[in-house]
Amino acid sequence: MAKEKMGTAIVITSGKGGVGKTTTSANIGTGLARLGYSVVVLDADIGLRNLDVVMGLENRIVYDIVDVVEKNCKLKQALIKDKRHDKLYLLPAAQTRDKTAVSPKQMVELVNELKKNHDYVIIDSPAGIEQGFQYSIAGADRGIIVTTPEISAVRDADRVIGILEANELHDPELIINRIRPDMVKRGDMMTIEDIIDILAIDLVGIVPDDESIVISTNKGEPVVMDDKSLAGKAYRNIVQRITGEEVEFLNLEEDSESKFSKVLKLIFGK
Amino acid sequence: MDFFKMFTRKKENSKNVAKERLKLVLVHDRSDLSPRFLEMIKGDIVKVISKYAEIDESEIEIKMTKMKKEGNKSPVSALVANIPIVNIKDKKK
Repeated sequence: MAKEKMGTAIVITSGKGGVGKTTTSANIGTGLARLGYSVVVLDADIGLRNLDVVMGLENRIVYDIVDVVEKNCKLKQALIKDKRHDKLYLLPAAQTRDKTAVSPKQMVELVNELKKNHDYVIIDSPAGIEQGFQYSIAGADRGIIVTTPEISAVRDADRVIGILEANELHDPELIINRIRPDMVKRGDMMTIEDIIDILAIDLVGIVPDDESIVISTNKGEPVVMDDKSLAGKAYRNIVQRITGEEVEFLNLEEDSESKFSKVLKLIFGK
Repeated sequence: MDFFKMFTRKKENSKNVAKERLKLVLVHDRSDLSPRFLEMIKGDIVKVISKYAEIDESEIEIKMTKMKKEGNKSPVSALVANIPIVNIKDKKK
């Protein structure tokens, strides 16, 4: 029998919807698998399943998380092996059930079971702070909060930080997603420093707003696999930091100047 | 002279507006104090001070905030009250 591992469970959460939790989960999971770790990405958004399409695995689903919890199948039967990476698995959410189908206690048992055979369990949390959120954080050892530089997303992130702390999930880390360097430069978007200053938690990554994310999601291939994409690079850096490596943050402002403004500068001088 | 700045400088940077608004709203979010509770505090403070001075009730501002205190790593909550006094009442009366 294989030796039992004792993996780490990380919940990806945000409070506000639409800030990129699922994309982040898919990329962190895929990125860790590319480094050789054994990974399960778990879609905890029961009723609004999406991690499967972002990872391009929607056609392979037979069983889901509720089947496992209700013991309609074995855990191994519900795990979908990734197309491209040997040690990457998806545990899909149920699409036709609601968030009362799994209790926090069941979630803890499930995550602990997964941790025995895998290095990382990445939990994609649903938006909101209701029941789905409560069970999604139940089994987690670490929390990563995703926000965008918008006032509403940062406010919700602050609320979620408080709730994580209250649930004994200490020192959550922050990913700031969809940064637009051109807007930051103009003073029309809060800077990384502004947001860190307000939320007072550690930063684990910054991701630029990048077309390549939309394109890769269209294809069902997480952008972390795209060596040419800046967002892909940002996710590769995040993954390295998660494993404990120190990696410098991307300098997003470097390439932010548009060609148009460069030309204008040439004409009008500085 | 920067060509663009001639047009953009006049307006305040919108990110500063966002940051200030966010800071204010988080003060309330983090303080678990309901507006009703603040109103009750305000009412009592007005009552007490009115004994001694005439105050402009429409201009009173009472809010919860967080402040860094010396020798204390994490910020502490503080109740800040701004109460404009119109006239000090004559104590002899």
